[in-house]
Amino acid sequence: MASETGSRVQRFLDSDIWYSFTRSPITVGAAIVTLAMFVAAVFAPWLAPHHPFDLATVDLLDAFLPPAWIEGGDPRFLLGTDDQGRDILSTIMFGARISLGVGFASVVFAMVIGVTLGLISGYLGGTVDSVIMRFADIQLSFPAILIALLIDGVARGVLPRDMHDELAIYVLVFAIGISGWVQYARTVRGSTLVEKNKEYVQAAYVMGVSPLLIMVRHVLPNAMGPVLVIGTIHLAVAIITEATLSFLGVGVPPTSPSLGTLIRVGNDFLFSGEWWITVFPGAALAILVLAVNLLGDWLRDALNPKLR
Amino acid sequence: MIAFIIRRLFQSVLVMLAVGLIAFSLFRYVGDPINNMVGQDTTLEQREQLRERLGLNDPFIVQFARFAANAARGEFGISYRHRRPVDDLIVERLPATLELSLVAAIMALVIGVPMGVYTGLHRDGVLSRIFMAVSLAGVSLPTFLIGILLILLFGVVLQWLPTFGRGEVVSLGWWTTGLLTVGGLKALIMPAFTLALFQMTLIMRLVRAEMLEVLRTDYIKFARARGLTNRAINFGHALKNTLVPVITITGLQLGSIIAFAIITESVFQWPGMGLLFIQAISEVDIPVMAAYLTMIAFFFVVINLIVDLLYYVVDPRLRAGGTAGGRV
Repeated sequence: MASETGSRVQRFLDSDIWYSFTRSPITVGAAIVTLAMFVAAVFAPWLAPHHPFDLATVDLLDAFLPPAWIEGGDPRFLLGTDDQGRDILSTIMFGARISLGVGFASVVFAMVIGVTLGLISGYLGGTVDSVIMRFADIQLSFPAILIALLIDGVARGVLPRDMHDELAIYVLVFAIGISGWVQYARTVRGSTLVEKNKEYVQAAYVMGVSPLLIMVRHVLPNAMGPVLVIGTIHLAVAIITEATLSFLGVGVPPTSPSLGTLIRVGNDFLFSGEWWITVFPGAALAILVLAVNLLGDWLRDALNPKLR
Repeated sequence: MIAFIIRRLFQSVLVMLAVGLIAFSLFRYVGDPINNMVGQDTTLEQREQLRERLGLNDPFIVQFARFAANAARGEFGISYRHRRPVDDLIVERLPATLELSLVAAIMALVIGVPMGVYTGLHRDGVLSRIFMAVSLAGVSLPTFLIGILLILLFGVVLQWLPTFGRGEVVSLGWWTTGLLTVGGLKALIMPAFTLALFQMTLIMRLVRAEMLEVLRTDYIKFARARGLTNRAINFGHALKNTLVPVITITGLQLGSIIAFAIITESVFQWPGMGLLFIQAISEVDIPVMAAYLTMIAFFFVVINLIVDLLYYVVDPRLRAGGTAGGRV
């Protein structure tokens, strides 16, 4: 067993992908930044210098402190504090946790729906295929943010207010996920159409393997490369969408702020000169999205056989 | 050709019906419309009368038909929050959004196309690399963040430009415009730029890619062999051939500009339809939501239809290609 994992690692280190990764300093940088932000977000409760949502440790007397290197700053709060005396660095780490969580969950949700529909569409063909693809075309002609806004608006109308606050994160994942499935479905459908006519699929069919098993075990793995690329780029898009919705005030409730919510809150203090309350969460968001985008761009090129 | 047009028209009608159904279900089944129209002290009997008078007891299909007929005339009922007819509210807000969107679209074209041509012609130049890096930032920075940073820089630190609202507006009949006053123009700069930036990067990348492709073709080589000037080749032949996709995509993006105006309007408190819509969502003001939704869907359907027909007419090659993806 150990030797097998060893050889797998070795295989990975010998692969083209690892080679092209190490040859691109920008990609390595983006990967390091992404990884650092992931770690900071996931382990925020242990790594953050303060617990911004634990009321016992927050002191209103610390409110509106500028970053530590500016006159009047306090070394305890590296990036300053907000209107309630919460440490900005810590709120960013906790906020990134929500942003990344919602982003990942939406991507997985969109991926599951898109891949399933794409497989069905490509494998079955016929009426099922044209219905699904027509639907995809129509949805694609509307911007995703509008669809996400609409779903959120409907949920707000259907659910009572207190219940909505409780379920807001799930509603958001659902809204962003639904607004992003089309790309996956189209790609997987395309790969499926190509794969299903290949001999190995026909061989499996002749052997009596059930269509479901053929799709999942044989066709799907061959369609996964592009799906991963779309997933990475979609993660950046999902994070932006979540931040935008939260900024517009229709995203996560203020009790568990994401980066977008933090920017929204800080925006109110822009004019009174407390720029750090907005700018630092904004910078964190921009860096995170940029790093993920760069990784996605690289992955697209690395997995594209035409460019090898 | 005619079959194609009929099929597309049929599809458009289908989309509008689907959106109408969503809007209607929102209006009819999300919350009780009666509760939102009357005060606390209305008796059950009065409520029942109102319900009967508004036809809320009729069969679903009759109600939907009535809703669709009203919507086609632009009537969407009375806003729960503003207590005014929704169509009045929208007509009042329409000029602000349209002006912002059009100025943004023009800005994106006027800046994006030359940048694209430049980066296409000098692909390894220093300036090209800077443009490409900036465009990556344009894609990665969320719209609202760009708006906030602009406000911080030009509104708060430098104090050159106003940070919210439309400034002074002039009324021309029912249309109000900010384009005729200095204050109005100054107020327009930042929101329009914010809205334009993403489209600008999109257009730049598109023009660049098209230019690179066209410059490789044989007829450009022949043109060079004939000894035409660079200027005539680059602008007369190459650029002209890249413009078909650019114009169609800009047309398609016009719809998404109006949709993204929701975000920009919210950042700059620009009194347009987007701001109205976002307030309607957070206050569950369903008639406004339904009206905005139907309107924007209509807008999208019309734009898509026109662009599809243009594809068909202008360039048969493009027929096989997919639709252009929007942001997000």
